[in-house]
Amino acid sequence: MEKVARGSLLGIEHLEAAEIAGILKLARQMDTRKPRPLLRGKRILLLFYEASTRTRSSFEIAAQSLGAATTLVLSSGSSIEKGESLLDTVYTLRAVGADLIVIRHPNAGAPQFIATHLDIPVINAGDGMHEHPTQALLDAYTILRHKKTITGLNVAIVGDIYHSRVARSAVQLLSKLRAKITLCGPPEFLPEVATTLAPGLQISRTVEDAIRGADVVMVLRVQKERLAGMNVSLDDYITRYQVTLPRLRLAKKDAIIMHPGPIIRGLELTWEVADCRQSVIVEEVRNGVPVRMAVLTRALGGRR
Amino acid sequence: MNSRENQTLLIKGGHVIDPAAKINAPMDVLLRDGAVAEIALPGKIHGGADEKFDARGLIIAPGFIDLHVHLREPGQSYKETIATGTAAAAAGGFTSICCMPNTQPVVDSAEWVRWLQQPERGAVVNVFPIAAATKASKGASLTDFRALQRAGAVAVTDDGKPILNDDVMREALRAASELNMPVIQHAEDTRMTANCSMHDGPTAFRMGLHGMNAAAEASVVERDVHLAQQFHGARLHVAHISTAEALKAVRKGKRNKSRVTCEVTPHHFSLADFDIRDYDANFKMNPPLRSEADREAVLVALADGTIDAIATDHAPHAPHEKIIEFERAAFGVTGLETALALAITRLHQQAKLPLTRIVELFTAGPARVVDLRGRGTLAQSSHADVTIFDPKKRWTYDAAKSQSRSHNSPFGGWQLTGKVVATIVAGRMVYRAG
Repeated sequence: MEKVARGSLLGIEHLEAAEIAGILKLARQMDTRKPRPLLRGKRILLLFYEASTRTRSSFEIAAQSLGAATTLVLSSGSSIEKGESLLDTVYTLRAVGADLIVIRHPNAGAPQFIATHLDIPVINAGDGMHEHPTQALLDAYTILRHKKTITGLNVAIVGDIYHSRVARSAVQLLSKLRAKITLCGPPEFLPEVATTLAPGLQISRTVEDAIRGADVVMVLRVQKERLAGMNVSLDDYITRYQVTLPRLRLAKKDAIIMHPGPIIRGLELTWEVADCRQSVIVEEVRNGVPVRMAVLTRALGGRR
Repeated sequence: MNSRENQTLLIKGGHVIDPAAKINAPMDVLLRDGAVAEIALPGKIHGGADEKFDARGLIIAPGFIDLHVHLREPGQSYKETIATGTAAAAAGGFTSICCMPNTQPVVDSAEWVRWLQQPERGAVVNVFPIAAATKASKGASLTDFRALQRAGAVAVTDDGKPILNDDVMREALRAASELNMPVIQHAEDTRMTANCSMHDGPTAFRMGLHGMNAAAEASVVERDVHLAQQFHGARLHVAHISTAEALKAVRKGKRNKSRVTCEVTPHHFSLADFDIRDYDANFKMNPPLRSEADREAVLVALADGTIDAIATDHAPHAPHEKIIEFERAAFGVTGLETALALAITRLHQQAKLPLTRIVELFTAGPARVVDLRGRGTLAQSSHADVTIFDPKKRWTYDAAKSQSRSHNSPFGGWQLTGKVVATIVAGRMVYRAG
């Protein structure tokens, strides 16, 4: 990798297992109710080229809890609309005094690209189909609140893997922490090449097989318009792959059900599953704050 | 230039490799009046010469020919001009280059073909235009091949915009066969490659990029080879071939005595998809860097004669088109200045391809594809186009110092072996290493 500023988080792929453990440990020390001004005087720029509810608000609250000032720049209502390039935009943000840039962008590799041109840390808040590293970290954090260890856990990831940056980051992270991962979906959403992402990945075309004996069931969003583009009928997807209560019963009794959101009830999962006792979907959102506090502290805090 | 007429240049002490004339020996070469006057054993050329070139330790080869160059004029001189592009060609040892018609406007008329060749363009090497096969390269109605040929076009193509319609491609091959002209195809079924920015495979999946399947190239090559067999004398040339499957189709066509030829680029024999680093768009081109298995198939095809020529697909782009998000960046890389060194480093040193074969791929091979008579050889009375290079010289490529107007090379900072020392066009030195 070309040199990027220390503390940047561009993807899980280039993180060592020890670094992941370090971020998760730091996250556990973060108390969102008792803010500590570790980043007082720091200016954090949130540059969002795509819509976002939970990631954006979570980063803002995380930064503010640490005493940092945040500025939000959206692609609409900024000079980006006038055709300013990504590089010129981030140079501008650097010039106004940004100490760190959090970026969400529809193109894979955009955070990596700006990071190689900047001397301040860049945090990837989701880039195209590539990675969403803070989501994977908060998922690991959430799992570890319910399970002693990730090593050896059976994790089923069900849905549109191909288009999912969440899936890519989750697979990278869970595989580095030695979980046993089964991916499940129709070939249009889960091409065979997906097994090359990490060692030991399994593919299943039957949701029952994927869920059976799972400790963690991670459901991914399925976009209706993508089904149409891929010639998969909506009814067929629901019949074969929707996560329902009867299917969930195949998992271990203490299995947890996860979803990065936004959830589409009645499509990738039923409303009963979304709201069931085992669902940690809301908790994931909550855990996003301490995890992002840890990521920001790692990037800008003095204690390194 | 007039003062140069009747001038003689004696190239002494070098080793001549001229595969077309089957020469691979120490020889002296005398150039006079823009032609090769004499080629003889060392010390056997008598009489004075106006100029002498000491070629001791160097290879003297026929001037290199590049079948695939984007000079970007008319219309896109912010990327390249004929003057800057041919200067880069000269620095890379190319004495003749064929320029692609996907300019603005598209070179689809005799007027534009002539315009490209006018002295005002400032070319320092020979420029042979390749004209559009269909009007505005829209793939619908054919251009006037005869008029284009008379104006100087050596082939027709819709490069960058493949001819997918079977009837149009069949008609292009038929019409060109009557003029003994090759039809050059950029083989890509674009219906399969929308929104793709690299090769389909594990690397694309990991990087979260849509990938172009190898079948998108192979299916078009298979169809074209099939169509070319339907007309006696039809000539098909496959541009920048990049996949094992497509090479299989070309090999089969050659075995069936079809007149099918193909070229490969230095980046396709040097790099594979997993070499793409950090979403650097200097590694983005079309066809994309393929799998390592495809690259190995290219090496085999270079050795066994399936591939006829090395062509650069030199595709200059301005920084604002390349130093951006990978998915949004333009396809294409520069390549004129690094082609020989990559061939020596990757093909000769690493893949053990003989130097004679490499020279053939830069000279006699491409000359045959587009029938450049009296070029691609140093036989007596051929054009005095000569490339002199040091096959052992180690150097580091600095893309920022390129003669090209653009610097979008994936090979910046590469340590390479083999360097052009002098490039001679029509008896005149157009490049001399500093």
